[in-house]
Amino acid sequence: MTATEERPATQIGAARLRKEDARLITGQTMWTDNITLPGHLHVAFLRSPFAHARINNVNVSEAKGMPGVVAAFSGADFAAEQGSLPCAWPVTEDILIPAHPAMATDEVRYVGEVVAAVVARDRYAAADAISAIDVDYEPLPPVLDIRTALDEDSPKVHAEGNKSFEWVFANGDIDEAFRDAPVVLERNYRQQRLIPCAMEPRAVVCQPIGDEYTIWSATQIPHVLRFLLAAITGIPEQNLRVIAPDVGGGFGSKLQVTAEEELVLLIARKLGRPVKWTESRSEGNMAVHHGRDQWQRIRIAADRDGRIRGLSVDLLADMGAYLMLVTPGVPLLGAFMFNSIYKMDAYSFRCTGIFTTKMPTDAYRGAGRPEATFAIERIMDDLAAELGIEPLELRERNWIKHEEFPYTTIAGLTYDSGNYEAATAKARELFDYDALRREQAERNASGDPVRLGIGISTFTEMCGLAPSRVLGSLSYGAGGWEHAAIRMLPTGKVEVVTGSSAHGQGHETAWSQIVADQLGVPFEDIRVLHGDTQVAPKGMDTYGSRSLAVGGLALVAACDKVIEKAKVIASAMLESPPQYVEFANGVFHSRAGTGVSKTIQEIALAAFAAHDLPDGVEPSLDSDATYDPDNFSFPHGTHLCATEVDTETGFVKIRSYVAVDDVGVVVNPLIVEGQVHGGLAQGIAQALYEEGVYDDDGNLVTTTLADYLIPSASDLPSYVTSRTESPAANRLGVKGVGEAGTIASTPAVVNAIVDALRPLGVRDVTMPCTPERVWRAISAATASGSSERNGAA
Amino acid sequence: MTRINVTVDGVSYVDQVEPRLLLVHYLRETVGKTGTPIGCDTSNCGACTVLMDGVSVKSCSVLAVQADGSDITTIEGISGNGGVANGQLHPIQRAFHEEHALQCGYCTPGMIIAAADLLRDNPHPTDDEIREGLEGNLCRCTGYENIVRAVRRAAQAGVQS
Repeated sequence: MTATEERPATQIGAARLRKEDARLITGQTMWTDNITLPGHLHVAFLRSPFAHARINNVNVSEAKGMPGVVAAFSGADFAAEQGSLPCAWPVTEDILIPAHPAMATDEVRYVGEVVAAVVARDRYAAADAISAIDVDYEPLPPVLDIRTALDEDSPKVHAEGNKSFEWVFANGDIDEAFRDAPVVLERNYRQQRLIPCAMEPRAVVCQPIGDEYTIWSATQIPHVLRFLLAAITGIPEQNLRVIAPDVGGGFGSKLQVTAEEELVLLIARKLGRPVKWTESRSEGNMAVHHGRDQWQRIRIAADRDGRIRGLSVDLLADMGAYLMLVTPGVPLLGAFMFNSIYKMDAYSFRCTGIFTTKMPTDAYRGAGRPEATFAIERIMDDLAAELGIEPLELRERNWIKHEEFPYTTIAGLTYDSGNYEAATAKARELFDYDALRREQAERNASGDPVRLGIGISTFTEMCGLAPSRVLGSLSYGAGGWEHAAIRMLPTGKVEVVTGSSAHGQGHETAWSQIVADQLGVPFEDIRVLHGDTQVAPKGMDTYGSRSLAVGGLALVAACDKVIEKAKVIASAMLESPPQYVEFANGVFHSRAGTGVSKTIQEIALAAFAAHDLPDGVEPSLDSDATYDPDNFSFPHGTHLCATEVDTETGFVKIRSYVAVDDVGVVVNPLIVEGQVHGGLAQGIAQALYEEGVYDDDGNLVTTTLADYLIPSASDLPSYVTSRTESPAANRLGVKGVGEAGTIASTPAVVNAIVDALRPLGVRDVTMPCTPERVWRAISAATASGSSERNGAA
Repeated sequence: MTRINVTVDGVSYVDQVEPRLLLVHYLRETVGKTGTPIGCDTSNCGACTVLMDGVSVKSCSVLAVQADGSDITTIEGISGNGGVANGQLHPIQRAFHEEHALQCGYCTPGMIIAAADLLRDNPHPTDDEIREGLEGNLCRCTGYENIVRAVRRAAQAGVQS
């Protein structure tokens, strides 16, 4: 290697271009909807047009007679076999988990719920026949507002009531913290409903062969899906094979066991023929689980010098009509994050999960943590304004100092590492914080109609889900381990099997880098296999920024086992006692001084031939390992956003955005930076553009991408990203990165808008901060006489 | 049924199609060009963008019968000369790879085709012009930062096809 060689000696840390790209940029990708099986039939679903209605009758006879139609079904056809779609996270002992049939039988509870199905020779014929199904509905009153859904006179979503659960957590003496506190602030924030909108709509294909079924699905969780489809249908698990081929994004929306997946399987079983269903975007917006949707009441008590005494949070969380896979657990993931990076004496948290006649909510990028981060970072800015303390200074007075790690927070988590000072210092410099503050003061002084605002978000999150024992203590229905296997092939090439299931994250590349370093084999010689329960039989899949922090370490454990076995074989080949055999950079040699060495590829061939293996050593050089961490991973960072807010039109322009993230050791900076960019876009989108809206009758009015505004390139700024690095307490030093950008950016943007308008008396703008809402907030503040012109702050 | 004659990625096809058949369904299901995906049903996302007689169109908003007599280029044929089979990449494809301008890759075929049309129209766009020019193509993964970089890189390399 020459001195000018830029590539690091290790693969970890190198900006390797992605292996995945070759197929993705050339159109050779295998999306589920690309799969065509001989004789396959197309399924179309009829969905409820009512938010809430009793089903008196479903008549599919006319549809059955339409050209090209092979079968048509109503809920009655599946009532005996469909069971209930699973909720894997019963968060309290007395939680109400209503039955959730994949196809409605007697009542529908949200617009988009599946009521009937048609199976036809092609998708056009299936769509035609859907309109020939006659359903007799008896409309019932919708339940749309969680703030009134628990009133005694509210209509009921389920006969048992509208409350699913109440979950509480408390640590420290919260009454003492608030009693006689010099400053107490209370705020109510709205976390609007979001629609995940992965670019690839869902699709499912099922091929029955005898009593065995292969299911291709655009899913994040092939392993979990297989297990739960077996559990709810009674089809033996060994007869189900689930394949997640190339999957076009998920963001949590494909972390689900869906009605459509179960129904496609059951239809294939009934007909004994391969069937396929592909969703339209309008269907997806209605019937892919939504995210967020909370009302947050947050109270903070502080001393005059800004020291936080206590924090009290009361959440109302909209479950939608049913509890899906992790619906009730999502707000709880936030429960441990409202206190964020700050020290305090006491903390209390209460969450009430409430049913409405809307699409169920569930995991969406960040899942609970963006909501928590938003509330704490918003109120920290208000507290700073209230106390007249510079908002970064207020944060620094309260955050955990870098020398205090590991630190057990008031919420009971032990943060293993972090350096908030370093990330903040870097962000300040890149942002040119002081200059922007000066410009802001000048523009405020001159009464500039376009105000400058600076938004801060010093965030952390818990990810890398995670320790099985902790998940068990939170009543989660599964473990949080991950699996990996290494197969050294006779030619010296390597197959890596992973239980993580990538859908855009670049695991084929990053996992190759990790294994290349561990085994000392070329990056190019490694092939990563995933997303098929027959090829990668064990796994807990990809969500919650867990793949690297859990699955990456499973790879290391599997490599250890390969090296351990190879050492025994090498010892025989080198004619050296095993304790003298050393391994480095893919080569075994003996310290005993024989001068001979063997490469790991040579050992692999010897293990395959098995001619001279030591006694008791099995042929082949393979390994299997699972890894279950003993803690979550805690990425953090400081994000700074500058907005220009036109006070005459309410239009918000992001002028600059700096994100400094500490995600521990970085395996591939290119991939990490990309994850941050995409996360920022989704967090900014929540702040400025997106909202899933139901009208007063419970109709979703944002069913298309013309109504639900996911931002285009022209709607978003360019980002400045950088990193600091405090290694996590695991063998690779890695943390997660998938959700960080989304968690951090929403409060940074809204804080910037409010910061721009605070001199005009604006204290909050409800998301999404559209020009109309910003303008109305300014008008309301001006009308109430709290603007600077009237002398108030 | 209506008879159409369409050239797709250099190969001529004659087919009988329903008048209501969308071009994108014709490409995917009749011709087997599954490289062009479908991301929405309202012409907002641009995932299905192809070149029709050299100009980008969203193939979900064109009927197959309207493409009669046309020359269609999809992501599978944009690199020319047999495309992928020869291991050949279009400069914009290469730029997307080198700038990490894709993650899940679902929007990528449409984004690359739209970028090709953008650079044909404006070989030296500013970053703002790139962002405006790709406004009709939605990506949920990348935040667009690296897509802009990739198009800029391709432009600097002198792509005008």
